[in-house]
Amino acid sequence: MYNYIEHGKGATAVSTHQEDPEKYAEFMERIEAGEKIEADDWMPDEYRQTLIKLISMHGISEIMGALPEKEWVPKAPSLKRKLGIMAKVQDEMGHGQLLLRVAEDLMAPYGKDREDIMQDLLRGDLKFHNVFHMATKSWADAGLIGWLVDGAAIITQTNMLDASYGPYQRALQRICAEEVFHAQHGEAIIMALAEGTEEQKAMLQDALNRWWPALLMFFGPPTAETTGSSKQEATIKYRIRKSTNEGLRQAYLDKYLPRIFSLGLTVPDETIHYDEEKKKWIYQQPDWNEFKQIISNNGPRSQARLRLRKIAHENSAWVREALATPVVTA
Amino acid sequence: MSLVETAEQAKQDAAYKEALVEVLYQLADDDFIISYRGSEWLGLAPHIEEDVAFSSITQNTMGHAMLFYQLLEELGEGDADALAHERISNERRNGTYFEIKNGSGTYLEEPQYDWALAVVRNYLYEAFKKVKLEEALKSSYAPLRNTADKVLMEQPYHLGHWKTWITQLQDSSQEAKERIQSRLDEAWKQIGDAFELGPKADDILAKEILSSSETLKQRWLDSVKETLTYVPNGDLASELGNGRAKEHTDQLDQALATLSEVYNSDREAVW
Repeated sequence: MYNYIEHGKGATAVSTHQEDPEKYAEFMERIEAGEKIEADDWMPDEYRQTLIKLISMHGISEIMGALPEKEWVPKAPSLKRKLGIMAKVQDEMGHGQLLLRVAEDLMAPYGKDREDIMQDLLRGDLKFHNVFHMATKSWADAGLIGWLVDGAAIITQTNMLDASYGPYQRALQRICAEEVFHAQHGEAIIMALAEGTEEQKAMLQDALNRWWPALLMFFGPPTAETTGSSKQEATIKYRIRKSTNEGLRQAYLDKYLPRIFSLGLTVPDETIHYDEEKKKWIYQQPDWNEFKQIISNNGPRSQARLRLRKIAHENSAWVREALATPVVTA
Repeated sequence: MSLVETAEQAKQDAAYKEALVEVLYQLADDDFIISYRGSEWLGLAPHIEEDVAFSSITQNTMGHAMLFYQLLEELGEGDADALAHERISNERRNGTYFEIKNGSGTYLEEPQYDWALAVVRNYLYEAFKKVKLEEALKSSYAPLRNTADKVLMEQPYHLGHWKTWITQLQDSSQEAKERIQSRLDEAWKQIGDAFELGPKADDILAKEILSSSETLKQRWLDSVKETLTYVPNGDLASELGNGRAKEHTDQLDQALATLSEVYNSDREAVW
């Protein structure tokens, strides 16, 4: 469901314009004409590496993203809600699987596979989305993730629905269709709380207060200056996405702030307002240093969630080994 | 016994209804608790593909529990959500083997879960569920027949899934073989009560609501013996108690506390 374009460090590809100027020109012509690039087509190394980073982070975020919601799956307060959240989390896992397959194909020429992705995650080399490092403290958090986190994901992913890389673009078509259901699932939980008892309303407002900075951070830093060099440029140049981080955040605020306010909720930012002249929302910047800390696995639940994956990986070592053993038939 | 077509009709005969609800509680409570144990595994399965498949099965199973709770609701036993969330452990009829923990730790912290237990328990459970539902197709209670028929449309895929796992693991590496066998030995000591029909067994048979405990057990044994290359010696036992008579372990209490945490924070609220 989730990705933003990272700034700063990370594998910077060798500038590939020189690797084969003729092929490069032909490639750029294709994507500029709106053609889709397929897994076996020639592509510049920078393009391949940008995609690997983007899609493996997207995929692993779907998988890590199942963990905070999972905390509330058994606790969902009715049979209907139990079924709804189970279906949702299962979809997220399915998205993770779909995306990792796309990433695996791109990594194949480097001799890397799924196990490398998992190892990178456990070592801390592969980051997952900031929102999934956060704690979920109440049932309202489960609703809020569906409503506002999936809502944010719909904004970023819709922006890439015409991505130049065919396998990713097709995966996104399917993912976006399902995300719409997730946002509806989240919205239904939120509506029940917003129309509920005083305690339910307070629970909801508390969740929004805690999640607000993480939601702003969702789209990534606004400018390259915030954290260093920019990966936004490569994704836009290669027609993977259209808008900048800030452009997406503005679209998100446009869509969701009126809905938030209409439910009688507030956001923890007294300065927030729409500037009619500049045609944009003016808001208090979240702490981008904290953001860097969070995505470097120093967020409130980063280590605990990585620990879950590590335990799962260790405890199923014997299963992987057994599956690799040919079955003896009597 | 002629066919009882509706809940209203069933309610006319107190003894019939009492026997019938026992069977429905067993079916509902089994699915509810096994689905819970499945949901604890989410994100921890041996690979992503398994996580997707397992969580799909878990979700379907919760859906089946809901169908059985709804049949109870129609019979005047109370709201389906209340039946699922409000009853404490000594009101539950699930088999005790299905309630035990997946391993040490909790699903939130240090879940040291054993995949061999997941495979053995789910395989044995689905094989049992298929037999019980097939017998329910002959029930004198028409709504139970219809629900069994509906559930049997997807349930065989669940059984197929776990059958594939146990077939792959039971004769692979030495370690896998030993783990599976030791979990089967454990299961044989704990699954016995699942085949019981509870305190209303005589009426359940007399009123043709379901087949006998012996029939269920024999059909199940025939079915699992076709798949298992190792079958423990000795009779099935119920070391954890008789769940059909509402005897349970404290592991069920812990599970129910989690399942009902939010619901119980305000039972009157709309969630």
